[in-house]
Amino acid sequence: MSITQDEITAEIEAVEADAASLVAAGGSPELHPRRDYAPYRSTRLRHPTHELVRADPEEIERVSPAFGHSDVNPLESDLTIQHSGEPIGERMTVTGRVLDGDGRPVRGQLIEVWQANSAGRYVHKGDQHPAPLDPNFSGVGRAITGDNGEYRFTTIKPGPYPWRNHLNAWRPAHIHFSLFGTAFTQRLITQMYFPADPLFALDPIYQSIADPAARARLIGTYDHSESVSEFSLGYRWDIVLTGPRATWMEGEEAHD
Amino acid sequence: MTEERLTQTPSQTIGPFFGFALPIERGSEIVPGHREGAIRLHGTVTDGAGAPIVDAILEAWQLDETGTVSQQRGALARDGYGFTGFGRTSTDLAGHYTFTTLKPGAAGRSAPYVLITVFARGLTHHLFTRAYFPEDAEAHANDKILAAAGQRASTLVSVADGRSSYRFDIRLQGEGETVFLDFDA
Repeated sequence: MSITQDEITAEIEAVEADAASLVAAGGSPELHPRRDYAPYRSTRLRHPTHELVRADPEEIERVSPAFGHSDVNPLESDLTIQHSGEPIGERMTVTGRVLDGDGRPVRGQLIEVWQANSAGRYVHKGDQHPAPLDPNFSGVGRAITGDNGEYRFTTIKPGPYPWRNHLNAWRPAHIHFSLFGTAFTQRLITQMYFPADPLFALDPIYQSIADPAARARLIGTYDHSESVSEFSLGYRWDIVLTGPRATWMEGEEAHD
Repeated sequence: MTEERLTQTPSQTIGPFFGFALPIERGSEIVPGHREGAIRLHGTVTDGAGAPIVDAILEAWQLDETGTVSQQRGALARDGYGFTGFGRTSTDLAGHYTFTTLKPGAAGRSAPYVLITVFARGLTHHLFTRAYFPEDAEAHANDKILAAAGQRASTLVSVADGRSSYRFDIRLQGEGETVFLDFDA
């Protein structure tokens, strides 16, 4: 493996310049990452080469599985109480709301999270990063959104970790989120990041979203009102799941 | 419509390390294999070099046998008796996945199918596809998605490969690339 960070960074900047020129020419900003994104090497053999076929969702695609409180124990939203002792790291709360494109809450839906521990190590046999596992931290949580679309997880701040995309590659600290909307077409898996991470500019996964404003939507904000005195720091991150136009613009012309 | 709309939160890859978090117990059993009428829907997920993808996770979502959306609770905590229409399973070391389920009924003018969603390292955004059934050729003639897929429509139709068993291979790229769907049009 001999690809350097400088080479990857140059590729990242070239794609961003390309995306910016498309916007300058009147195109819409790209809301999602590019599927064919060379700086993230694993996309090379895994992105479709044909254009996706545009589809009007049928009924099954306009609804989601009926998850409910019987599926998830409320204690599963606290990642710090799953073992006999306290996990090591910076204790924090991540809270926010899940909303649709009209600002309506996504109620009673499943949110799953998973993350590395404070040393940047996942409880996964494939993670061979020589950082310690924490016997008191698994890094897995689940919750069902409340009536206002709200969720709240208590956890510890994950550490950055190395990966093998290129030489000396490091992922910014992040928490993986899996979300269901009211329609299956709103299904989303994504990652939440923390403010002002120095690794942002270097990371081909974060940067796979070529539009700067779009990728900034993945960064939680520090919220002092969610911090608890002598206990934990608070972060807020709202998630928006817009559906296919048919679910919210029925009878209207699409504008773009 | 004048109110300001909120903007979509972008997708990010599922990454390689979800195996301790996302799999659910008996997640591949939308119904248990011994249930009357159970079918097997299975296949291999391959990349652009034809290599099996061993770190993918797939979700299945479908109507019940009568063509109705299930409203039953318990899509995660499965009791083995009801039918919620949702399944989730990882590919194995050969890139192979299996769901056991009931064949969905048809709704509206589309032919019966199971919606399949693919997540994996290297996919910056999940991929949707549909697994149709080979015996419904008549209904396929009127299906809008199969029509839109044109010459590649055969990649959306599973192959009967045994008693109550259907094979649906998913090729992410290259020769025989599976048709993937965009519902955001």
